[in-house]
Amino acid sequence: MFNLNKEAKLAYTMLIPTISIVFLIILFPIFGNFWLSFKEVKLGDLRAPQPIIKEKLKTKDIEPGDDILIEYRFKNSSQKKPIFNIEITDKISKFISPVEIAEGCSVNNNLLSCYFEEWKPKYNEKIIFKFKANDNFEIDNFNPKESKPRGVADADNILTNLKFSLKNFQKILQKNETIENIKVTFLYSFFATIGALLLGISAALLLEKNFLGKGFFRGLFLFPFVSPVIAVAFTWVYILDPFKGFLNNYLLNNEFISEPIFFLGLKKVDFLGFDFPFTLFIVILFESWRYFPLAFLFILARLQAIPKDLYEASDIDGATRIQQFFYITLPQLLGVISLLFILRFIWNFNKFEDIFLLTGGNAGTRTLTVQVYDEAFALSNMGTASSVAVLIFILLAIFVFIHQKIAPKDIEE
Amino acid sequence: MTNNIYQFFFIYLYSIITLFLLAVIGDFVSISIFLSKNIFIYKNIFLYCFLYAVCFFAIRIIITNQVSNIFIFIISLALSYFFLINKEINAYQILIIISVFIAFNLLLQKYFTAKNFSNFLFEVSFLKFLKTNSLIFFSFIIIFPFYLMFVSSLKSQMVLLQNPTDLSIPFFYSISDFFSSYIAVITQYNFLNFALNSTIVSFVTVFISLFFSIPGAYAVARLRFAGRSKISSSILIIYMVPAIVLVIPLYVIFSQLGFRNSLFSLMIVYPATTIPVALYMLQGYFKGIPYELEESALIDGCSRIGVILRITLPLSVPAILSVSLYVFMIAWNEFLFAFMFLDNQEYFTIPRGLYTQLDDQEVPRQYLMAGSVMITVPVLLLFFIFERYLVGGLTAGSVKG
Repeated sequence: MFNLNKEAKLAYTMLIPTISIVFLIILFPIFGNFWLSFKEVKLGDLRAPQPIIKEKLKTKDIEPGDDILIEYRFKNSSQKKPIFNIEITDKISKFISPVEIAEGCSVNNNLLSCYFEEWKPKYNEKIIFKFKANDNFEIDNFNPKESKPRGVADADNILTNLKFSLKNFQKILQKNETIENIKVTFLYSFFATIGALLLGISAALLLEKNFLGKGFFRGLFLFPFVSPVIAVAFTWVYILDPFKGFLNNYLLNNEFISEPIFFLGLKKVDFLGFDFPFTLFIVILFESWRYFPLAFLFILARLQAIPKDLYEASDIDGATRIQQFFYITLPQLLGVISLLFILRFIWNFNKFEDIFLLTGGNAGTRTLTVQVYDEAFALSNMGTASSVAVLIFILLAIFVFIHQKIAPKDIEE
Repeated sequence: MTNNIYQFFFIYLYSIITLFLLAVIGDFVSISIFLSKNIFIYKNIFLYCFLYAVCFFAIRIIITNQVSNIFIFIISLALSYFFLINKEINAYQILIIISVFIAFNLLLQKYFTAKNFSNFLFEVSFLKFLKTNSLIFFSFIIIFPFYLMFVSSLKSQMVLLQNPTDLSIPFFYSISDFFSSYIAVITQYNFLNFALNSTIVSFVTVFISLFFSIPGAYAVARLRFAGRSKISSSILIIYMVPAIVLVIPLYVIFSQLGFRNSLFSLMIVYPATTIPVALYMLQGYFKGIPYELEESALIDGCSRIGVILRITLPLSVPAILSVSLYVFMIAWNEFLFAFMFLDNQEYFTIPRGLYTQLDDQEVPRQYLMAGSVMITVPVLLLFFIFERYLVGGLTAGSVKG
């Protein structure tokens, strides 16, 4: 019993670093996201309101014994919120001594300190402080700005107070855009997943048998997946550029088309009487191209684990290759395909960079993740941004739940 | 009779697709090397292939042995001269044309061998056809974007604007012209600084990930404690957490704490996202090491830590290597957090720098492509050197992307 305890203790010690970093950087922010989604936080609110103090020397050509006027400017940084208990300190030159200073201020050992109870929003005032130059005044060594005045104050912090509201959710659900974005996100995730799986299955079937150069092709097929997304996305944007791009110019030169196609800027194309989301389709092609290698690797590994005698037996029974594929290979792959489908779907659902880099969310490709970014940094509203993120979270949870109910279980596991 | 009609139809169909693929590749090779116009007139492919199929069919019926292939080849070349080929070609391009037609004929003969010609089997020919063409197709769609990225980065602005379809590698440039975009990106856009930042962040991420995940993985794999199964399953759930859900609150928290705009912020966020993956991959490997080895060392009086250092770690070098590579690639390629957190140019990682400095209509495209090449090459090099480990690691860990 003692032994077991010791072992468990050791295990916990070994796991503490991992658990604590995961807690701090993953679980706590998730909680923070929910917290923020119930608060009306703007990007500007992240900087807590604080006193701003500036000083300016008003007198010139000072001789010992002269009066010196220093203008202090006190300002509340916030336009909307008051600040309380403002304490200001500033080191002043040892060559001057105070004559007339503002109420609430005092000078002690060359240190000016002030205290104010409250500054209203937009508080902004200039106060002239009168000093006198001492007898030992040296103009060369006198610099009123030698130290920066410092101020601290209390303010109501919107991030940590306990006021909550549902306004963010109201706002985003009232936007027509949100419903449209949910639709786009589902279309994008679903078809990009299907595309990646289809390409992955084909690629795996191609490299199933051993042949000369198989290793080379396997390495090659992983290129799109291991390369940095920014590089491949920029390359695609460049290839598809309507004027400078390769593809349009190639098609034009060979007279396949008569005018350039805006591959990444065509929201709708009339296709047999219904609106075909063209740019979304291109983005889905990109995603399938970029992520098929993952599906390929998994399916290839599973393919090579299928017992060979199944094929031998069916050969004797006279099954054709196509029948073998549909009646042996595919059912054997079903588990891994289902697993890949759910993983790929979730990851596509969460994808931000790819669409952001390709289209910036324009031309009918704004997914929820891009909406989060737009809300936060284009509209400067952290509150609504986190509520969209919460929406993503909830939709994902629903999807995973449904998948758990209906999906075939993975045979391997 | 119906069989013959089918067969004719399939010869026609296969020849169109095969020829189209080969012609596009031939053209790309031709413009890559000789900087000249296209060889093929694509709109005539249908007509050409129809005539080709007729000849193929006729010759195969008259001559039933291998000799037929030679006739078909000669006729295909002759037909192509009349229908398919631009007349203004140079002597070198003839070589390409001949190799395209040799490949074309070899492939079609593979689908319709003289032996199986009289009793045509749809399935056999179709599978062969599918396999060959898919291999060509896959290689093409993968290589082409990378090749274009590379070639464009070598061009001058004038050449790029005048002829965007020019795929040739400009060998006739002097060395300094050849790499002019790279030199410009490095000198004008502070690229070395970005590269240094990326390198630091990536290495630190690898180091922290390993340092945290090795003991964690060992505990999950080998030690008995309450909550062990919960930990392994919750790792999988952490895989699913969207980065975008983390980025807003982390932005807020880091802004408040004052370390948002720094490399330090990336150095704690990246490991947090990679540690669960690393832990999952490593614990799978640790479980595969025979426990008897460790047990005997324990009985001989070695401590747990001693066992890990002397037995487990030396045995799992391949796994640690693949985890390190994988984590390095994630950190090197990462864009979202770098994009959100970093404001100051001096802290930019390469993806962040590329996005702000080079993705601008004012900046010539070849600079953007040169930057893209420079961020891609280290990853692909590492990948090629350690491919064996990486592929193993990718499948073992059911890995995120």
